[in-house]
Amino acid sequence: MTDTVFTILENRPIAKNTYEMVLSGGTEGIRPGQFVNLKLPGYYLRRPISVCDFGPGRLTLIYKVVGHGTEYMAGLTPGAQIDTLTGLGNGYDTAPSGERPLLIGGGAGVPPLYALAKKLLSEGKTPAAILGFNAKEEVFYKDEFSALGVETFVTTVDGSCGVKGFVTNAMDIPYTYFYTCGPMPMLRAVYDKSVTSGQFSFEERMGCGFGACMGCTCKTTGGHKRVCKDGPVLTKEEIVW
Amino acid sequence: MVNTSVTLSGLTLTNPVIPASGTFGYGYEFAEIYDINCLGSFSFKGTTREPRFGNPPPRIAETASGMLNAVGLQNPGIDKVISEELPKLRRVFHKPVIANISGFSVDEYVECCARIDREEGVGLIEVNISCPNVHNGGMSFGTSPESAAQVTKAVKAVTTKPVYMKLSPNVTDIAAIARVCEDAGADGVSLINTLMGMRIDLRRRAPVIRNVTGGLSGPAVFPVALRMVWQVYEAVKIPIIGMGGVSTAEDVIELMLAGATAVEVGAANLTDPWACPKIIADLPRVMDKYGITSLEEIIGGAHHG
Repeated sequence: MTDTVFTILENRPIAKNTYEMVLSGGTEGIRPGQFVNLKLPGYYLRRPISVCDFGPGRLTLIYKVVGHGTEYMAGLTPGAQIDTLTGLGNGYDTAPSGERPLLIGGGAGVPPLYALAKKLLSEGKTPAAILGFNAKEEVFYKDEFSALGVETFVTTVDGSCGVKGFVTNAMDIPYTYFYTCGPMPMLRAVYDKSVTSGQFSFEERMGCGFGACMGCTCKTTGGHKRVCKDGPVLTKEEIVW
Repeated sequence: MVNTSVTLSGLTLTNPVIPASGTFGYGYEFAEIYDINCLGSFSFKGTTREPRFGNPPPRIAETASGMLNAVGLQNPGIDKVISEELPKLRRVFHKPVIANISGFSVDEYVECCARIDREEGVGLIEVNISCPNVHNGGMSFGTSPESAAQVTKAVKAVTTKPVYMKLSPNVTDIAAIARVCEDAGADGVSLINTLMGMRIDLRRRAPVIRNVTGGLSGPAVFPVALRMVWQVYEAVKIPIIGMGGVSTAEDVIELMLAGATAVEVGAANLTDPWACPKIIADLPRVMDKYGITSLEEIIGGAHHG
């Protein structure tokens, strides 16, 4: 865990209620599937946001405006500074992925899969991605995934873009392993539909984000785990619904 | 050169700053990021006889200048704390630790306190009779003078180390509870635990916290904590560990002027993991600013006559 002051370079809407924020600051030690925890003036608890992409000195976050905190974030302009804890959570383990891992993201669960896709590609693997949304106006990063060379499928609940239905409607393709992040009902459906092992990234209301307060503990086959510190990524075998 | 040391029932601390139970685990998350030996001591996660998962999630909510938690005493149980957590802790923390013990019956308090009392490295036992997030235990012992006295007496009978009763602010007269604890033999009191509160999610039209209510902490509760430390100081002669929304070195001094001998820092650890070392490093500057040479001399210093 590192405490860094990041400076906003860009902060723009990329889909309905969805913003992409690019920041400059130290990104050493960040791994795909981890999150950062942002201190916003006037808000007592930090805001945990998954890491979408990172490079030397550059961090990209995608967030959905759902409450006062994210609304405040949407109003921030380039040059604004944010006190940020980085290097939080375990992140994805790419070792068991096989040649053709499948990345399954739903809505605000899509961003962490982007950094993961880049890592898998750098390891010589050929991931495919299924990105699920409610409707066309919510779709984001389809082109960004495609531009990486990842075969990308989009699903929308109302059928306004890509395959009509849920991410599970696009899962009938060959894959060696899977990684998924999204709302709880989607994770459950992916769990039931999947034919290989895989890793799930969870979300929970957190107090601290680094394992001290026990606010976000969940039950797993390996005992009690803190979503923020022992997670947010759990393997399929660890999950207790 | 200022003197920051204070003494709690014979236990001398190099400074009065103590991370509060439930915000510091058993220490290692923080030992990974700074040398926790800079702390006066710390109060470890509230421990019960049996391992506990605690309450179902969500168990955290934000409030104006604070937060609610309804963790519900998640802990690995006294056996594991003694066999695993304490040995691990001794490798990173070389000062006496404060053992925070909770329970659901007088027998449970007695058994856990008797066992932890034998542990080398435990300097003081803080008996939590004020957890607002568990049913049929915790706070129910701290809101009636009779049961507070009963727990105090029973624990004192089986322990040799100083026993501090951790009191609930969710009472009509906290000074009366402190007084019965003193009469029952308590060596000191810790206050305040969290204030019971709740939030409702407008979208779901349902409580944010699954347990419905949670304990409020953070700067929002500081004036309440200060008032209660003040009242208890006037009611008892035993030392007080004060806590509730402390975030700065100024807060530490304010609470000590009200009557606290030492000060616990809770929620601040969660929003800034380096909160305690920052407060400790800032103490000499603030002492200097207000003409304080020894912290011990200011305890209760705002009470005149």
